[in-house]
Amino acid sequence: MKDLYQGQRAMRNMRRQAMQRGVIAVLDIGTSKIACLVLQFDGPSQFRETDGVGPMAGQSNFRVIGTAHTRSRGMRFGEIHVMAETERAIRTVIQSAQKVAGVRVDHVIACISGARPASYGLAGEIALSSGKVAEQDVARVLASCEVPDFGRGREVLHAQPVNFAVDGRSGLSDPREHAGGKLACDMHVLTIDGDAAGNLVHCIRRCDMELAGVASASYVSGLAALVEDEQELGAACIDLGSGTTGVSVFIKKHMIFADAARIGGDLITQDIAKGLRVSYSVAERLKTLHGGLEATGRDDREMIELGGETGDWETDRRRVSRADLIGIMRPRVEEILEQVGEILNAAGFDYMPSRQIVLTGGGSQIPGLDALAARMLGQNVRIGRPLRIQGLPHNATAPGFSSAIGLALLTAHPQDEWWDFEMPADQYARGSLLRAYRWFRNNW
Amino acid sequence: MQGLNLFGRGQASGARPAPVRHAPARPAPLPQAAPRRDPAPSRLAYRLNRMMLRPLMRRLIHVGLPAFLAALVAGIWLSDDTRRANLTGGIDGIIDRIQNREGFMVRMMTIEGASPAVDKGLRAMLPVDLPASSFDIDLGKLRERVLMLDAVETVELRIKPDGVLSAVVTERVPAVLWRHARGIELLDKTGHRVASATSRDVREDLPIIAGMGADLAVPEALALIDAAGPILPRIRGLERMGERRWDLVLDRDQRIKLPAEGALQALERAIAMDRAQSMLDRDIPVVDLRLSARPVARLGLDAQNAIRRARGQPELGPDGLPIDPAKAKKPHGNSGNHG
Repeated sequence: MKDLYQGQRAMRNMRRQAMQRGVIAVLDIGTSKIACLVLQFDGPSQFRETDGVGPMAGQSNFRVIGTAHTRSRGMRFGEIHVMAETERAIRTVIQSAQKVAGVRVDHVIACISGARPASYGLAGEIALSSGKVAEQDVARVLASCEVPDFGRGREVLHAQPVNFAVDGRSGLSDPREHAGGKLACDMHVLTIDGDAAGNLVHCIRRCDMELAGVASASYVSGLAALVEDEQELGAACIDLGSGTTGVSVFIKKHMIFADAARIGGDLITQDIAKGLRVSYSVAERLKTLHGGLEATGRDDREMIELGGETGDWETDRRRVSRADLIGIMRPRVEEILEQVGEILNAAGFDYMPSRQIVLTGGGSQIPGLDALAARMLGQNVRIGRPLRIQGLPHNATAPGFSSAIGLALLTAHPQDEWWDFEMPADQYARGSLLRAYRWFRNNW
Repeated sequence: MQGLNLFGRGQASGARPAPVRHAPARPAPLPQAAPRRDPAPSRLAYRLNRMMLRPLMRRLIHVGLPAFLAALVAGIWLSDDTRRANLTGGIDGIIDRIQNREGFMVRMMTIEGASPAVDKGLRAMLPVDLPASSFDIDLGKLRERVLMLDAVETVELRIKPDGVLSAVVTERVPAVLWRHARGIELLDKTGHRVASATSRDVREDLPIIAGMGADLAVPEALALIDAAGPILPRIRGLERMGERRWDLVLDRDQRIKLPAEGALQALERAIAMDRAQSMLDRDIPVVDLRLSARPVARLGLDAQNAIRRARGQPELGPDGLPIDPAKAKKPHGNSGNHG
């Protein structure tokens, strides 16, 4: 856990440095689309008191000065499949975002949607010697959490303290200065596949950029798509991407669970391509222009020209009804939602006080999805668009950009992570003694 | 799924029959499109692009490079002597042509308020021959030179429309004559030299002052002469003593010694004494007022002798020594000027 601590701290310092310089890029590497926002941090002084703009959780500090998105390459299921291709895609998107912004960007914060995330809830408890919670005790109780075996090659992406309890008083967000004899904490840890994360880091380094932070795409799209009340009362955000479907569960403004299903909108397109015997691009066009989930009688009469460039006149002039297209799409969407339902069951979503479900991501734009999801997942379903942030162009306000926007929000207002607290003093001492011992052994 | 079966009944029963086409009328196969270029920038292009976005580099390219090129071209072009001469000649020609336009020519000079001597001097001072361009006449410099003439107090120079150089001169008014070792000079009321005079008779109306450094205290001398009032007809002049105080010289070799500070008050006091006791009409050659607490009047020889005679003492001779009564029989008696 120690290396992780150091690595995450280095990344946090890089982020602070970038914020001081004022320009930072946010990179959402998805399976079908890669989006980049260039953020300019002007500091809180750009609005006066009389403008009626408060701190707004850091959202008034920055504005978007450059956006670009392009087709993603070499990605599968939210993971990097062909390194060189992905690197080219990152180069393309960063160059065009820089061109729009007119400034050079050196620091980038990325999010990773796949890489098999796994959520763990950890609990720790310490006795308070001074009868009061000191600054050091918070770090100690976090360090005392019992860490399960994550498995080989797993890396911790998020480790957020969710809840503190002093003696019997639970639900504290800031336990400092509380009087009591025992301090307990709950921590949510999200681990991902280390090699997949390493590939991402490597790709970004190859583009001459400094990585200033990594976040989970399911988490950040929840930040962008859920409104504050939903985060407080409890809600699940379902990010329907093209390669993965991310699920994150929030309560009391903390993420308590995140997962991703390796199934997404890409499969729907593949189904259409296979079922209608059209090319992949034609299938994508059919899905986005004519797709739907609820067939009505009118859809039987609405004929769609398939089009295509096969060169065979008969093949290119075929027509199908919209009901046929819906018939292909619906089972696949149902399958996706079933998997989401399983994930939510595993997370114990049924026991949450408020079972709000928010659908976002590019896949949430399929007409009729809210009705289908309401039937399959629960009654409280809405389609969520990402929060509006300053300077964002209109074409980047679609639900497909919610993870990029959430990443920008997270950059402006970072969540406390375990490594943001000072390391307990005893661990420091052990580390330095170990280093001294090693140095003596190597030199004498 | 209708539409998937190409030659099924859906197609056959359609209202529109398949178009009749002959084999040669088939559309030509599409020309093989060139493989699409990779939209991603190469590593080199990406790095160059990022380098160009550096502020320093941008400024260098957008400002530095054009400036350097312009300087280079100008330098190469100017390195040839003939071109340089042509360029300077052309510029000079243009400047000449503009300066010598009809509107800028000065044809005549009018001088107001100057005596003939000053008028002549002023005309001689003009650095160029008229008509000349107004660009060649530096009015500020000319004014400074004119002001160096002693007789001129102020001069107002301006070039009026229609090519007239107008000079309005205020001459200095002589207020006092100053006699010094090298001759006589006319001074104005501030003590500035106006002109030299050959003799005192040139300006009999002006009072005369003398002595070293008298010109530096002309205002005070004028004030003293103004204050003289009743004794004005008797004044011969003022003499500066030791460059610090004035002596008022009257006729009959009378002298009033005034102090360095408060000379005016001292003079008024002397006039008051004169008015009260006709002091200056008596045989008192020197009235010494240098110490205000102790005014001293020196008696003349005749007055002293009159007193001595009354006392029955021997009289004094011109050398100030008592005359031996034995010898006194021989010389002729006193001429009897008893003041």
